[in-house]
Amino acid sequence: MDPSAYVILSAVLFSLGGLGVLLRRNAIVVFMSVELMLNAANLAFVSFARMHGNLDGQVIAFFVMIVAAAEVVVGLAIIMTIFRTRRSVSVDEPHLLRN
Amino acid sequence: MTIPSLAAPLSEGSEGAVEPITATVTAADAGGYFPLMWLLIALPVIGAVVLLIGGRRTNRWGHLLATVLPIGSFVVACLLLVQMMGAPVDERLVTLHLWDWTFAGMFEAPFALRLDQLSMVFVMLITGVGSLIHVYSIGYMAHDPDRRKFFAYLNLFVAAMLLLVLADNYLLLYVGWEGVGLASYLLIGFWQQRDTAAVAAKKAFVMNRVGDVGLSVAIMLMFITFGSVTFDQVFEAAPQAGDTALTLIGLTLLLAAVGKSAQFPLQAWLLDAMEGPTPVSALIHAATMVTAGVYLIVRSNAIFDLSTTAVTFVLAVGIVTMLAGAVIACAKDDIKKSLAGSTMSQIGYMFVAAGLGPAGYVFAIFHLLMHGMFKADLFLSAGSVIHGMKDEQDMRFYGALRKVMIVTMVAFFAGFLGISGIPPFDSFFSKDEIIKAAMGTNIFAGIAALAAAGITAFYMTRMLAMTFFGEKRWKEGTEPHESPAVMTVPMLLLSVGALFGGVFFLYVADIEVWLEPITGYQPTEPAIPEPWLGILTLVIVAVGILLAWRQYAMRTVPQQPPQQVSVLTVAARNSLYDDAFNEAVFMRPGQYLTRWLVWFDNRAVDGAVRGLASKIDGFGEGLRKIQNGFARSYALSMVGGAVLVGAVFVVARWF
Repeated sequence: MDPSAYVILSAVLFSLGGLGVLLRRNAIVVFMSVELMLNAANLAFVSFARMHGNLDGQVIAFFVMIVAAAEVVVGLAIIMTIFRTRRSVSVDEPHLLRN
Repeated sequence: MTIPSLAAPLSEGSEGAVEPITATVTAADAGGYFPLMWLLIALPVIGAVVLLIGGRRTNRWGHLLATVLPIGSFVVACLLLVQMMGAPVDERLVTLHLWDWTFAGMFEAPFALRLDQLSMVFVMLITGVGSLIHVYSIGYMAHDPDRRKFFAYLNLFVAAMLLLVLADNYLLLYVGWEGVGLASYLLIGFWQQRDTAAVAAKKAFVMNRVGDVGLSVAIMLMFITFGSVTFDQVFEAAPQAGDTALTLIGLTLLLAAVGKSAQFPLQAWLLDAMEGPTPVSALIHAATMVTAGVYLIVRSNAIFDLSTTAVTFVLAVGIVTMLAGAVIACAKDDIKKSLAGSTMSQIGYMFVAAGLGPAGYVFAIFHLLMHGMFKADLFLSAGSVIHGMKDEQDMRFYGALRKVMIVTMVAFFAGFLGISGIPPFDSFFSKDEIIKAAMGTNIFAGIAALAAAGITAFYMTRMLAMTFFGEKRWKEGTEPHESPAVMTVPMLLLSVGALFGGVFFLYVADIEVWLEPITGYQPTEPAIPEPWLGILTLVIVAVGILLAWRQYAMRTVPQQPPQQVSVLTVAARNSLYDDAFNEAVFMRPGQYLTRWLVWFDNRAVDGAVRGLASKIDGFGEGLRKIQNGFARSYALSMVGGAVLVGAVFVVARWF
C-alpha cells in the first residue's frame, strides 16, 4: 500500500491541530489540539521511516511520545493553576502576557 | 627653555630689517633682582585674589591692600630698572622660565617671562601710572558701596597688562591680552545697574573679540610658518619665511592691535567705554589696554619690517584714526568722550609712527609713554571735575571752574600743555619726532600728522576753555568743590610727568638709544628742513589754540548745543556714524543671517529630524499593535513563520 497516504493524513491532522490551536478559546481544547499536532508529526515520522526503510523515524516517534507525556503533565498542571486563580481557562485573557 | 645665545648678525641696514641683537640672559645668570621678576605680576594678582575671595571681610582695608600691592610692583620695577641700566647693553634681555606650561608635540609655550628694554618701559608706565590711579581711586570711589570689588578688578587689570608685556611667547601674551579684555569688561560695566554701562561693557567685549580672533589666527599662522610661538624663535625665523605668510601674520596682528587699541575700524567701543568710573578710563587710556596694540606691533617689528603691505596698513589705520579721533574730540560735549576721542587720535599717532618702520618704532613708544602720563593726568583731572560737579559730564554746564577748583585746573592745564605740543612739554618732543619721521618717510603721513596736531590743540583748548574759563553755566544746586588730597596728589605727580617727561626721556634718558637694540632706529631726513618744520608745527598748533580760544573762551557757550552747524560737526557729534555704520553693515545683515539660520534650523534641520522621529514613532505604534497579549495571535504568527519557511523550502526545491 502507498505510504504517502499516511503522510497526507498526517498533514491533514497537523493542519486540524493547528487550526484548533488558533481558533479555539478553551485552554483544554487548545491543549488537545497541540496533542493532535504532536501525534500528526509522529505519524509522519513513522510513515517516513517506513518509506525510507530505516528505524530513525520510529525511534524519534518514541521520543516525541515521551516528551508529549511530560508536556501533558506540566501543561495540565499550569491550566489547573490558572483555572484555580482566575476561574476560567480562556486563552484570550489579554492581561495574561501583557504588562 | 632659553636659547643660550641668539646673537643674530646685524641687519644689512638698507632693508631696515632689525634683528634682535641682544643675547638672552636667564634671570638666574643675571642675578640681582632679576629672579624676582615674577613678583611684578604676582603682587597685583594676590591683591585681586584676596579681595575677591575675602569678600566683605576685606571691605575695611581691601582698598589699601590693593593700592599697596601695585606700589610694591612699582618698587620691584624700579629696582629692576636700576639693575638693567647698570648691565651692559647686550645683557639687558633677561628671561625667567617659571614652569613648563603647554607642550604638545612640536608645540611648546613655557610660562616664561622676558624683560627687556621695551618691556621695562611698559612695566614702569603700568606700575607707576597704575599705582597713582589706585591712590586716586581711594578718594574717587570713597562713597561707592562696591569699592572693594572695584579695587580687585583694578589689580586684575594691572596684573593682566603686566603679563601681556612680560610674556616670552605669543601664547602667554594672549593670556594677558584676554585678561586685559576681561578686566576692562568688568570695569566698564562696573555700574552694571545702569543699562548704558552694561551695554557699553558688552560692546567693548564683543568688539575686542573681533581683534582677539586676529591674534589667535596670527598665533596659529606663526606656529605653521615658524614652528614656534616664542618671540626669539619667531623673530629669528622671520627672514626665511615667505612673503605671503609674513603679510598674513602682519595683517592678523594688526587686526588684533586695532581691536585692542580702538583704532579704525574697531574704534566704536572706546567712546562708550566712558561709562566706567573715571579712574578706569584713565587706566584704560593711559597705562593699560589701548597701549597693548602698540606694544604688539612694536614687539613684532621683526615681522612688520619684512612685510611692506602690513606696515602700510598700519600706517593707513593710524592716519585715519588719528584724524577721525581728533575730529570727534572737537565736537563732543561730554568731557570724557572728548578725551576718549583724543585718545583714539593719539594712539593713531603711535600707529602712524609704528607704520613708519624702524624710523618710527622708538617714537611710537616715546609718544605712548608721554601719552600715558598726560592722558592719565587729564582723565584724573576730568574725574576730579566730575566728582566736584556731582557727576555732571557735559562741558556745556561747566565754565569758570578755575575759581573753585584751582588744583584741578593746574593739573588739567599741565595735561593740556603736555598734549598740545607746546614747547618744552611732552608732546612737543614726542609728536614733533613723529611728524619729523613721517615727513622723512611718507609725506602724506607727515601732512596728516601736522593737521592732527592743529586739531589736537583746538579740541584741548576747547575743553580747557569750556571747563575752567568763561562764565558759570552750572545747573542749579551744583556747588563745585576741590577734591581731597588723596585725589589731587596723584594728579599733581602726573602733571610733573606731563610737563617734563618729554625733556627727561629724550635728552636725559635717551629713549632712542635705550630702545634701539629691540626696535632698531634709523633717523630720517624730513622733506622740510628741521627748524622750519618745527616752526610750522608750532604755527599750526598756535592757530588751533587761538581759534578754539576765540570760539569758546571769548564768546559765551550756549547750554544747548547749537543746531545750525556744518555737516562735519553733526557727523563728529555722532562719532562719524561709526555705530550707524556698524549697525548697517554688520549688525543688520548679521541679524538677518541669524534669523534665516534660525528659520532654516527650525524648518529644515529640525523638520528632518522631527519628521524622521515621527515616522519611527508611527512605525513603533504599528509594531505595538502586534504585541496584543493574545496567545493565539502569537501562535498564528508562529504558524505563519513556519509556513513561510516551509514555502521557501518548497520554492527553493522547484528552482
